[in-house]
Amino acid sequence: MSKHDLLIIGAGLAGLRAAVEGVRQGLNVAVITKVHPVRSHSNAAQGGINAALTDRGDDWRDHALATIKGSDYLADQDAVEVMCREAGDAIIELENMGVIFSRDDDGKLGTRAFGGQKKARTYFVGAITGSALLHVLYEQSVKYNLHIYEEWFVTKLIKQDGKIAGAVAFDIKTGQMEMISAKAVVLATGGAGRVFEPSTNALICTGDGLSLAMQAGVPLMDTEMIQYHPTTLAGNGILLSEAARGDGAYLINSQGERFMEKYAPEYMELASRDVVSRAEQTEIDEGRGVDGCVFLDLRHLGKKFIEDRLGYLQEVALEFRGIDLSEKPIPITPGMHYIMGGIKTDLNGATNVPGLYAAGECANVSVHGANRLGANSLLDTIVFGRRSAIESVEYIKSVKEVDIDSKELSKEKSRMQSILDRPKGMRSAELRDKMGATMTKGIGVWRDTESINYATDGMKNIRGQLPNVYVENKGKVFNTDLTSYLELEFMVDVAESICQGANARFESRGAHFRTDVTQRNDKDWLKHTIVEYNGEELNTTSEKVTITDWEPTERVY
Amino acid sequence: MEALIKVKRFNPEESEDSYYQDYSVDVAEDSTILDSLIKIREQQDGTLSLRCSCRASICGSCSMRVNGSAKLVCKTRVKEVSPDGEQIIVEPMGNFTVIKDLVTEMDSFWSKMKSIDPYVKTSFEPEAEHIASNESMTHLLGVMNCIMCGACVSECTAMEVDPSFTGPAALAKAYRFVADPRDEETNSRLGNLNENTGVWDCTRCLACVEVCPKDVAPMERIVKMRDLAIEEGYTNTSGYRHTESFNDSIKKHGRLDETRLALESTGLLNIFGLIDLAKIGIKSLFRGKLPPILPHRPKDMKKVTSIAERLDNQAKEED
Repeated sequence: MSKHDLLIIGAGLAGLRAAVEGVRQGLNVAVITKVHPVRSHSNAAQGGINAALTDRGDDWRDHALATIKGSDYLADQDAVEVMCREAGDAIIELENMGVIFSRDDDGKLGTRAFGGQKKARTYFVGAITGSALLHVLYEQSVKYNLHIYEEWFVTKLIKQDGKIAGAVAFDIKTGQMEMISAKAVVLATGGAGRVFEPSTNALICTGDGLSLAMQAGVPLMDTEMIQYHPTTLAGNGILLSEAARGDGAYLINSQGERFMEKYAPEYMELASRDVVSRAEQTEIDEGRGVDGCVFLDLRHLGKKFIEDRLGYLQEVALEFRGIDLSEKPIPITPGMHYIMGGIKTDLNGATNVPGLYAAGECANVSVHGANRLGANSLLDTIVFGRRSAIESVEYIKSVKEVDIDSKELSKEKSRMQSILDRPKGMRSAELRDKMGATMTKGIGVWRDTESINYATDGMKNIRGQLPNVYVENKGKVFNTDLTSYLELEFMVDVAESICQGANARFESRGAHFRTDVTQRNDKDWLKHTIVEYNGEELNTTSEKVTITDWEPTERVY
Repeated sequence: MEALIKVKRFNPEESEDSYYQDYSVDVAEDSTILDSLIKIREQQDGTLSLRCSCRASICGSCSMRVNGSAKLVCKTRVKEVSPDGEQIIVEPMGNFTVIKDLVTEMDSFWSKMKSIDPYVKTSFEPEAEHIASNESMTHLLGVMNCIMCGACVSECTAMEVDPSFTGPAALAKAYRFVADPRDEETNSRLGNLNENTGVWDCTRCLACVEVCPKDVAPMERIVKMRDLAIEEGYTNTSGYRHTESFNDSIKKHGRLDETRLALESTGLLNIFGLIDLAKIGIKSLFRGKLPPILPHRPKDMKKVTSIAERLDNQAKEED
């Protein structure tokens, strides 16, 4: 059995940032990840990372207000303050680590505009910002000689006497299952987009950490808050960055009208994502779309500008749709993109289980509330990844020795064997597709009681069918058939908690728009929904939102 | 539409031998090869193993050989390689050990990546950002596009002969630091890259440039680093001598003088190297492959000289 002070599950930006900090703090750190770090989904963030740098005359309070307004006042304002205050240092540190940010004429870091904000404060690397950051954090992990369990799959968190004690995991390459003991664990497993179909998310985004936390008795918060991104390719859901609109692209309908004029006359295409997605869906529903799509129009930006600043978008458009963005508008549709909800943590990433922390998309600190601003997700990973590792230091000092019962390992081994021993039945992909369709239909851009019930009942049915799923591949070496099934188990947990949250919140706020209750209701619902698994069923409660300086007002763009 | 796919299979738990398996799968018109493989895995054969994640050519997981050459299968459409429904052959990448089916062992890839010290080295920690012109930074975006998929390594002809060669991916990554204005170790980096297994081991076959799905052009970066190494005074290498001798020989004789090239590249004072070379020379002689001892004499030397002059001037202008 391997022993570490701090075990980080996930090697995207949040995980690697936490790991680097852990090493700097002198801890024995290990990272465990089901894919090589540079394959992580942080890669897919295109547009940039937000920060208010004071030497450019910007103020973190303006950034905080934009974030809070963007969140439809559901974000905890103390958490937003922390994120926006630390943003400037985070950007400078990333630059010093080696990120090749675009620059302005003075040789300083340059910005582009992004949605929901009046000031351009998004720092960027072409249209590959996430990838550029991830690769630099990976470089840092090499520099610090970080111990990484590459291509290992975590099946369970282990608690002892109510505290975190480590995890059980297997090496995907050999099938060898082991216990890894740790005084503290950071969950940094990213999103859960594959619960829906289609989604912009990578195939690995299966909500592993949310389920692991839930099973360990940690509550999830605001799970109903699912972001539909305004510009995704129809069919496969591939993302076209908000950077396009930030750099001046238009949204047009079948009549060639810039329809955002009707919905957000001041911000136009750069209103908050929930607002733009609803506007698009309205256009499509009212017959001003083409084949269920509206269009993103970059023609007026010119070929050179597009290739210099939005090269990856041009590549995607050409490769996947055969469209040159400088010549033709590209059909797009709102698509599932991000989960604002997640593992409930405090400002330092701590959960209710001593020694267990969470950061990044799997966590809910809560800085995004009911709708995340573009380019705030990268910031979230960097700021709270670092904070969770720092927070773990004192706790780790207080833990003398972790001694895990070896029964935990044999229990997990026999659980795996019993899955492999199941008689021939349904394939996991069949049930996953059913879940994806059910969730997209029930918990979409629009929801109402009926659709939420449809998703809830559908998920109950899907849960019931899980034991009928079998794994055809009985081998030990790189058995992706088995990992796909285990991911499905995680996703079913997450999907059910999303339905619970959606059912509880009887109002419309941010991304949670109910056509049967279209108004925001601050009197009853300036609250977080909390979903908790008690070992038998899911319990839903609620908790007040933290308001500091910014009183909720009407949200107009 | 129907996609016919022949997959090279290997399962170490069952047999030491690999074999081919034919699949036929019904996919949408604009489907990629990855879509097809996923469909096979999810609907027909759960034992098929492959790596894939983002489906959008940014994570670098799904490099494999398609009809004999490495491609990122998530951005390769079925129609593109099989316009008339021809069978498509999918195999794991070359120059890598296979773990199972289309999954290759990447350890050698990552250890080479680590060998070039892949992080910016500065002693100076500014309070704000480093000041640098946009141009000095953004020209690195091309090489930053590298997603470490391994396609270039798969098709590298130099690595096929000598697996110890640092290889196109790690060398492209090295260029990213050599050319970064913030890095303070440019000289020592070039010194290291100038050693055996470094920049001079590339045969300039262009395979990496051709297969790279992100237009990183590793070979061009390698050639650039050769120039930079020479500029920094690293000239005591067979690679540098080879370049010089090549150049001289063409200027003097209009053609390559292979005998002289071999001698001069080895180094006229390199006794052990020359002994090795003599052995090769004797072998070549007996097989009838020894190059002519006396150099070729062109009919019109003036033309050769004027072409050489023109090229030299052009190079000067480009600098």
